[in-house]
Amino acid sequence: MVAVNTQQPFSVTLRVWRQAGPAQPGKFVEYAAKDLSPNMSFLEMLDVVNDELTVKGEEPIAFAHDCREGICGTCSCTINGKPHGPGKGIATCQTYMRSFKDGDTIFVEPFRARAFPVVKDLITDRTAFDTITQAGGFITARAGSAPDANALPIPKGDADLAMDAAQCIGCGACVAACKNASAMLFVSAKVGHLGLLPQGQAERDRRVLAMVNTMDTLGFGSCTNQYECSAACPKLISHDFIARMNRDYLKATFRDAFKPAPAGGGGGA
Amino acid sequence: MATLDSKIPSGPLADKWRKHKTEIKLVNPANKRKYEVIVVGAGLAGASAAATLADLGYKVKCFVFHDSPRRAHSIAAQGGINAAKNYQNDGDSVHRLFYDTLKGGDYRAREANVHRLAEVSVNIIDQCVAQGVPFAREYGGLLANRSFGGAQVSRTFYARGQTGQQLLLGAYSALSRMVGAGAVDLHTNSEMLDLVVVDGQAKGVIIRDLVTGEITRHSADAVILATGGYGNVFNHSTSARGSNTTAIWRAYKRGACMANPCYTQIHPTCIPVSGDYQSKLTLMSESLRNDGRIWAPRKTGDNRAPAEIPEGDRDYYLERLYPSFGNLAPRDIASRAAKRVCDEGRGVGPTGLGVYLDFADAIHRLGEPAVRERYGNLFDIYHEITAESAYKSPMRIYPAVHYTMGGLWVDYNLMSNVPGLFVLGEANFSDHGANRLGASALMQGLADGYFVIPYTVGDYLAGQKPGSRPSVDAPEFKQAEVNVRGMTTRFISNKGQQPVSYFHKKLGKIMWEHCGMARTKAGLEAALQKIPALRDEFNASVNVPGSGDTLNQSLEQAGRVADFIELGELMCRDALTREESCGGHFREEYQHPDGECKRDDEKFGHVAAWEFQGEGKAPVRNTEPLNYEFTKMSVRNYK
Ligand SMILES: Cc1cc2nc3c(=O)[nH]c(=O)nc-3n(C[C@H](O)[C@H](O)[C@H](O)COP(=O)(O)OP(=O)(O)OC[C@H]3O[C@@H](n4cnc5c(N)ncnc54)[C@H](O)[C@@H]3O)c2cc1C
Ligand code: FES
Repeated sequence: MVAVNTQQPFSVTLRVWRQAGPAQPGKFVEYAAKDLSPNMSFLEMLDVVNDELTVKGEEPIAFAHDCREGICGTCSCTINGKPHGPGKGIATCQTYMRSFKDGDTIFVEPFRARAFPVVKDLITDRTAFDTITQAGGFITARAGSAPDANALPIPKGDADLAMDAAQCIGCGACVAACKNASAMLFVSAKVGHLGLLPQGQAERDRRVLAMVNTMDTLGFGSCTNQYECSAACPKLISHDFIARMNRDYLKATFRDAFKPAPAGGGGGA
Repeated sequence: MATLDSKIPSGPLADKWRKHKTEIKLVNPANKRKYEVIVVGAGLAGASAAATLADLGYKVKCFVFHDSPRRAHSIAAQGGINAAKNYQNDGDSVHRLFYDTLKGGDYRAREANVHRLAEVSVNIIDQCVAQGVPFAREYGGLLANRSFGGAQVSRTFYARGQTGQQLLLGAYSALSRMVGAGAVDLHTNSEMLDLVVVDGQAKGVIIRDLVTGEITRHSADAVILATGGYGNVFNHSTSARGSNTTAIWRAYKRGACMANPCYTQIHPTCIPVSGDYQSKLTLMSESLRNDGRIWAPRKTGDNRAPAEIPEGDRDYYLERLYPSFGNLAPRDIASRAAKRVCDEGRGVGPTGLGVYLDFADAIHRLGEPAVRERYGNLFDIYHEITAESAYKSPMRIYPAVHYTMGGLWVDYNLMSNVPGLFVLGEANFSDHGANRLGASALMQGLADGYFVIPYTVGDYLAGQKPGSRPSVDAPEFKQAEVNVRGMTTRFISNKGQQPVSYFHKKLGKIMWEHCGMARTKAGLEAALQKIPALRDEFNASVNVPGSGDTLNQSLEQAGRVADFIELGELMCRDALTREESCGGHFREEYQHPDGECKRDDEKFGHVAAWEFQGEGKAPVRNTEPLNYEFTKMSVRNYK
């Protein structure tokens, strides 16, 4: 539990990572954030600092954000060494200044991982997640060809578990939290979500093989079962999905190695 | 003057779409790959359209300003999606969904469009389930439903409080499959800054790469805009910070008509504003009104804590005023009722701009675990923002801008008055009239993308010669690029004193005060003085640090706010000329004695579609009459 500050107004010192571009060196720069309200969000505090910088003619701090309610997965700051900051089960944008005290020094950095190069200041490039999804994170279902939605009852427990995994917001905190920068939690959440549903069975083997193999080529590290990923996940997605995926992957590899050769197809008359 | 032919097919209402589908032109499979279609946006509408068109065989280029298509604002939709499945056996039907939507929109939408929407709603649920969208289910394994405002049946499908997220991830996975297969050329971090019109037809776009600053030209046989709503014109809204009007506004300036821009939806249940630094407002889903009861103290200035106010001193005003719909009265009605209560001095919380949404009865009836299962994530969001627990004391809520029913004018085929330019999702004006019912925006976005555009774009393309799209060296492309570069240079070299946010906040205040929940002639006229003055101030003193050749968020914001200022003016103009009240457009001069909207069907039973005439000139107001063939425009009654 984070201590709750109700004192207002109060001030903090920021040490923010500034980096002009992917190829330039970066460094921490100090800024004072004054007259803060505990009811401000962390990003609103950065807005205020940025407006002050702008008025002084300096370039504001670039940071990623959009929905500001913890669902789009855009925001991605490491605050005092923790991806998304001190709270549990929340994203950067859901961090409120009431979790900090007057006089605190706060370190703000981008998510660090080899597969997520810095674009500018606090913004990183997380395209690798899209690439993994494009390799197999889907169920093939052409519009217009679907059977009635209730034709296939799904036990509530399976649907709920699938939803637990499907909640992933694709922010990358799991990667940033992992000392090996592994993407296993992200990949296993998608593999788990689709693999738990009857609709997902036809492509189950292909999906896990394609997603894991793509992940491996993109510079993510391997999983050594430390589970920092689940602890940093704003949706608290369970690392059980990693174990589940490892089983799926093994089975799929086995089946792939021993699958019978295709009987040969005909083009039809 | 633009011609506004709605192209509504003839014949009985329930047969129009089926008949139209069999009559419109097709492109043969071998020719499809010769056509290139640009899709701007990958929210529910854009992602479903891009994926489906690529699956059909068209070459698709898709642009989004986000760093990934999965971040589109559709991701934030909470409550659910409507469909006339009648799985509850509670009397639902395509006709009833049609009728509820038309009535909910206060009889300002087209009958034929709304009927088609209700028809395809059932296919949407099938499609989403096939993709693996994990909708809520009952113990028997069948799909669960909940109720939303303006309906007396349970037809809303949901995935906890994250329905938009799950539907978008479904559409995103379909799009990703097509990107992986090489059928969609996806450009992220790419903002459309101009539409290119060649020989009167939409044939391309100008894009700025938000990371490198590079400006590029792209030509196509047709252009689809699915760029979302413009609620951020109010600065404070439930939209994501990046949501903007730029794509449709710049298309407007290239000749596409803007329809009913003043129709905005104010959602009754949002977390109240807490301070001047506030960047956005957070919605508390309408689904909460299934079990939460809205009330305010009966007496003015009652400062007691909610638990200390006895039943007799509470006014459950929605239940009192609208007994048959109660807490599930439509949004516009519920919002105005909250405003009235607060205007009377009965509002709660530090600002007096709030009412209670109380779950004590539901917790007593169902137990806390059941309430947690239904709404846990919403209660968590509420707690994060306010540091209060809604399990222990009622939520404080207040209306906030949430959705824009207005948008670019489109015909039945979702094509604007500029041939070749199609507009889908919240960016168009088509289906919700003057007020949208809950859980029907997701339905519309996916209907447009999965089930309507795949047919209608083919009808247009069949009339275009394969390979006839213009080269990007055509003078129209050059001119559009010069236009975009000019804007960037102006912002960067301005070196004024104020950040962009200063102007956005000012605009928001003007819009909320004069073009918000209640509008008057005098107020709108005042706004029409203030906004041009604000534009002059913006042009003279906005400060955009940095350069145009790198990632520059101030520059992105400057362009968007410049467009909002101009759109805001048009909204006020539209609200001023519409001398009636309907749905979300409430003119104080036109109300029934009980405070309900007083429509004027005789004079305003039409769509107003504004046409740009050039900088500094007054736009022309075109109209499309709404001919109701099958339904009677009547006074909405939710009592
Ligand atoms: C908090 C909230 C809750 C909601 N809950 C519900 C609900 O429960 N049920 C319901 O039916 N509706 C709900 N809605 C409404 C609904 O979510 C939206 O109307 C709908 O998702 C809009 O989808 P869209 O595809 O039209 O646009 P969006 O999802 O907004 O997507 C817009 C896309 O366009 C792109 N874009 C925009 N401009 C440009 C440009 N210039 N260049 C390039 N790309 C651009 C963006 O990158 C994005 O991909 C809710 C809305 C909000 C704000
Ligand atoms: S800004 Fe969307 S999750 Fe934080």
